[in-house]
Amino acid sequence: MIRESLMEVGRINMRMEELRSKGRAEDDQEMLDLSMEKARMLRPCVNLTAEDKVFLARKIERPHIDDFIKALFTDFFEQRGDHLYDDDPAIYGGIARFHGIPVSVVGHRKGHTAEENVAYNFGMAKPEGYRKALRIMDQAEKFGRPIITFIDTPGAFPGIDAEEHGQGEAIARNMARMSSYHVPVISIVTGEGSSGGALALGVCNRLLMLEYAVYSVLSPEGFASILWKDSSRHAEACEIMKLTADDIREAHVADEVIPEPLGGGQENPRRLYGSMDMAIEKNLSALMAMSPGELLRDRRRKFRGMQ
Amino acid sequence: MEKEERSLKTVFRTVTRKLAPDYVNCKSCGRRAVRKVWQENMNICPFCGRYQAMSADQRLSLIFDPGSRQDFNSDAGVRDPLNFPGYSEKAKKLEKKTGLKESAVTAFGRINGIKVVAVVLDTRFFMGSMSSRVGEKVTRAVETADREKLPLIIFAASGGARMQEGIHSLMQMAKTSSAVQEFSENGGLYISCLTHPTTGGVTASFATLGDITLAEPGALIGFAGPRVIEQTIGVKLPKGFQRAEYLHKHGFVDRIVKRQELKEVLYDILKLHEDSRGAFTEDILKGGSR
Repeated sequence: MIRESLMEVGRINMRMEELRSKGRAEDDQEMLDLSMEKARMLRPCVNLTAEDKVFLARKIERPHIDDFIKALFTDFFEQRGDHLYDDDPAIYGGIARFHGIPVSVVGHRKGHTAEENVAYNFGMAKPEGYRKALRIMDQAEKFGRPIITFIDTPGAFPGIDAEEHGQGEAIARNMARMSSYHVPVISIVTGEGSSGGALALGVCNRLLMLEYAVYSVLSPEGFASILWKDSSRHAEACEIMKLTADDIREAHVADEVIPEPLGGGQENPRRLYGSMDMAIEKNLSALMAMSPGELLRDRRRKFRGMQ
Repeated sequence: MEKEERSLKTVFRTVTRKLAPDYVNCKSCGRRAVRKVWQENMNICPFCGRYQAMSADQRLSLIFDPGSRQDFNSDAGVRDPLNFPGYSEKAKKLEKKTGLKESAVTAFGRINGIKVVAVVLDTRFFMGSMSSRVGEKVTRAVETADREKLPLIIFAASGGARMQEGIHSLMQMAKTSSAVQEFSENGGLYISCLTHPTTGGVTASFATLGDITLAEPGALIGFAGPRVIEQTIGVKLPKGFQRAEYLHKHGFVDRIVKRQELKEVLYDILKLHEDSRGAFTEDILKGGSR
């Protein structure tokens, strides 16, 4: 388990940040020692188990949709609410430019602090959230803008009001409508993509996954508790579920895996954004060369072929 | 000596069980009735009126005109894409027990003469869960209805996604929803009938995308299971939560239909759409408005 070494890396990062802010020449030797120590601590991250990747995918320091929108897009205009009932803070999105091209961007929202996570409900959306995403995406279809979705959720929110407002219908409707768009749709699983709550933003032409992201039918805990009535068999579930980015690509569900810095995106966010930018740019230009009809058929064919 | 006694007891018990009339115990009130009475009552408890599950065969004979049923894609059995420990063996055991190769049965048939495509999920097979083969069978049924310009009726009953097939199971939600969307764009009529229980990935895909949504009395219908909700939010759930009547009240079910009336209600809906199929749709196409 890489948990301990990553905690140590976190401490080193903090100390390095502190020294850097002071900017004193006499600290140079300590800085050098620290960076060597950090490299040593990150060494186990070369070979990660599925459980390690689940841990990384959920890490609170991991870059989230707010960071991606700031780093990869310009002129972001946030759109709020489903304009039917409510605004769900677990979904975040709007209109922006990617390399100058107007696009619609939407995804699950997670925070970097406990307070933020509570405010965003840990990225667990209610029907209002899925309908907000649908509103954003329907407008993209109307105005011919490409759609880019970021997937990062433990699942749809299981609650009384969520059920009363049609959680199942909201997810189903999103998938059905996404399958009928004539604009490019690119989805990127950036953290944990669990259950229908993830797929509700994932009916795309191209599915990309960050190297340490995971995608699965249910959280490993839920999986273990349903199949074995024992949620503590988490590690075993992680292995058996074949949920890592490489597994998902081998299953012909993901099209591409975006490499991450050693130890995860949070260790070198700028490098991660660089890789993401390249991957989105490449796939988007390929898709934008296709006609509206081709884009629709391409997406339908992709999901029709899911065995 | 003791061992012998026990084995004699076992033999006695087995013999008496075989000789006794075949009883069914009601899962809600616990009272028992002879199986034949039970079946003649459409698997509704003769004492408490509670609906119990119907097999796919029972369901289709309930709604189809005698002799009109014609199954298709019936030999597609379980796939095991993750090589999941014990999964294939369990599937074989269930096949032997139920005679089903998968939890979905797809068939043509006639309802008072009107030809339809029907899909029934059978809960005796992995709780009617959606495997990649179930997704494929549902999708093919939708495509068949689309191609042959027939109305589509799906009886959902499912525990949700088939965990043993992981991501492959999840993707069936998108596949089936996409197929229903295309069918709908082409003017097809889809009647979704939610039966006990309809949950998880089936609720969150084709089951809630019907033009008309019916439900059976008392059926549990929801996305998250009641236990998961209770554990997550730590609140006791309201009475009747996620039952058909509750969804009817909250506007997600058009009508709750008793088994005694099911065939006639389906027929009425089909009749109301009969003319729109040919004339109306053709006119739109000829007018070139799309």
